[in-house]
Amino acid sequence: MLLVAQLINGLQLGSIYALIALGYSMVYGIVKLLNFAHGDIIMVGGYIALFSLTFGQHPLLAAALTVAGCTVLAIVIEKLAYTPLRFAPRLSLLITAIGVSILLQNLAQYFFSASGRSFPGHLMIPHGSVSLGGVMVSYTSVITIVTSLVSMAALTMLVKHTKLGKAMRAVSEDQDAARLMGVNVNSVITFTFAVGAALAGIGALLYSVRFPLIFPTVGAMLGLKAFVAAVFGGIGSIPGAMLGGYAIGLLEVLVTAVGLSRWVDGVVFMVLICVLMVRPTGIMGRNMMEKV
Amino acid sequence: MLKKQNLLVRATGLVLAAVILAGCTGNQQPAQPPAQPATPAQNADAQPEPAGVEVDELLIGLLGPWTGNVAQFGIAKRNGAMLYINQFNERGGLQINTADFDEEGVPANAIAGYHWLVDQGITALIGSVTSAPTLAVVPVAFEDNMPMITATATHANVTVDAGTGNVWTNMFRSCFIDPFQGLKMAEFAVEVIGAQTAAVLYSNEIDYSIGLTEAFVARAQELGLEIVATEVFADAAVDFLGQLTNIAATNPDVLFIPAYFQHIALIGPQSVQAGLDTVMLGADGWNGTMEIIADPSSIEGSFFMTGFTDEDESPLVQGFLSDFMAAYGEVPNMFAAQGYDAAMILLAAIELALADGFLPNTDEFKASVISHMAATSIQGVTGHITFDEFNNPQKSAFILEVREGDARFWGTF
Repeated sequence: MLLVAQLINGLQLGSIYALIALGYSMVYGIVKLLNFAHGDIIMVGGYIALFSLTFGQHPLLAAALTVAGCTVLAIVIEKLAYTPLRFAPRLSLLITAIGVSILLQNLAQYFFSASGRSFPGHLMIPHGSVSLGGVMVSYTSVITIVTSLVSMAALTMLVKHTKLGKAMRAVSEDQDAARLMGVNVNSVITFTFAVGAALAGIGALLYSVRFPLIFPTVGAMLGLKAFVAAVFGGIGSIPGAMLGGYAIGLLEVLVTAVGLSRWVDGVVFMVLICVLMVRPTGIMGRNMMEKV
Repeated sequence: MLKKQNLLVRATGLVLAAVILAGCTGNQQPAQPPAQPATPAQNADAQPEPAGVEVDELLIGLLGPWTGNVAQFGIAKRNGAMLYINQFNERGGLQINTADFDEEGVPANAIAGYHWLVDQGITALIGSVTSAPTLAVVPVAFEDNMPMITATATHANVTVDAGTGNVWTNMFRSCFIDPFQGLKMAEFAVEVIGAQTAAVLYSNEIDYSIGLTEAFVARAQELGLEIVATEVFADAAVDFLGQLTNIAATNPDVLFIPAYFQHIALIGPQSVQAGLDTVMLGADGWNGTMEIIADPSSIEGSFFMTGFTDEDESPLVQGFLSDFMAAYGEVPNMFAAQGYDAAMILLAAIELALADGFLPNTDEFKASVISHMAATSIQGVTGHITFDEFNNPQKSAFILEVREGDARFWGTF
């Protein structure tokens, strides 16, 4: 029973990591950029949700505002910071992403102060639980897991069965060839950032309910964990990011459950090092056709 | 493929380097000039006056962090102590001058600061604030037999030599010690809650948390309170769900959480998610929880102890509240209240030593102040204070109960 309860905790955490890892993976797949500002978009999403709820908005409206806010922010960042560097060396792009991350953190510190703000998660998902085969599972767990599954199913549909999805796959395969075939590469790239950020917005909501304390650097560690999940699954691969997210979430909760909570971060980064040494393409990274 | 791998490895290295760099710079404090006396140092060296006569003024030292990571404690303590000293001076008669030194929370600075204060001619010292700098200064001050009282250093060894077990006879404090709080809450669990089983959730990275836990567990065993689960967390942890799920499986009557308010803001809502239904108990680290927690219903029915509550209706406490508000424009916290009491204890002992006819800055004067402090029986704003044989205050604890979304005064225990 206890093990089942802990596995559900792990799945819940893994769902959040998976949603965020997808944003990393998709952006890497299409422009070969490790978007280290991704975690900070989640931080901004957390503040948007926090303020919407605090000012008495309906949870669904707060959720919509959060997702919209994250999406708009990502598009603005892409246009202002990344588009001018489209043909610059990849390393310049990476350093720019780190710069954007630091900028967002410091702006948040300036406007919202460095101390943490408690998140009214009970206004987003009410307290309570359902019994599944004798194990009490909180509404938070159920809603988190279901929401992430639905989001990922929608993403898969988008990528596999729509024209825009086909264009995304084409751009990730070969930008120049896609351009020659009449694909508007710039708008496809912007769209990819937007989709990744929308998933991050959903992730921000679910994260804030589970970890109800928002502070300006909340996205830093979360972003790194999701990055590890993306690398673990095979960066650039959509199913890989999902799998990696669940794996890292389960790993963290199980390490905590056996009483080694101090070692959680260490274990996660050890996984990153091992993956980079043994299989740098990750579990599902070999199949280049899976890239987005 | 190779190129991709290279980029990944390089990128990871770069980010880790950035994180490490950020970590380093975050902890550095700007270098401060070594000495910043708040008031011009008044040299109150003993004048060759006849014994038993009036002394117009004398100098005491204030040592603590006014800048740095723990400055909030230091400033609160200094504000509380200075409020009492100013009130004392307004009565006329003996005037107390102060010299103060910013040790920034660093033990080495605290020792340098102590020597500087002695050079200024202090005859007694209020300080330091956190445990580590205080532990560094105590052996040096013991050599001088310097009367010394801290308002906030809670570590057990502040008044007892860890090596020999001897008491630092010159060293007193106006705050609870860590073990006392753990012991009290174990007694509270058994005597008030009627608990038979208890769980503990603590951090093995925080000395405060470890000290309270050890005392709680030891006292629980004496009282027959069974500890059914012990879970640990990292200081910077945000995820407590794994530990809380383990605890929920053992269904304890009470859960003792010796942690700070930022932990409680996370643990509260997560305890609901874990399906934990128990009475949570805390200590003075919970002070500040109600100001930040967005979902107070998640800790409804919890109890925590504190050294000070502004809900105490006594004229002494209410007077302190209004005076402090008038002087600093904010509500005093526990540290300020303990600073106020520390100054009260020290000045009362100094007056008695002067009445005995000793001149300030003589060895006899210091010894007299120390013996009068040891015999303290005084009504402070944090309760009635006497000292035990280890110079730790014996005072009752204030218990607060979280009820209808607020921490309300439950009573003394």
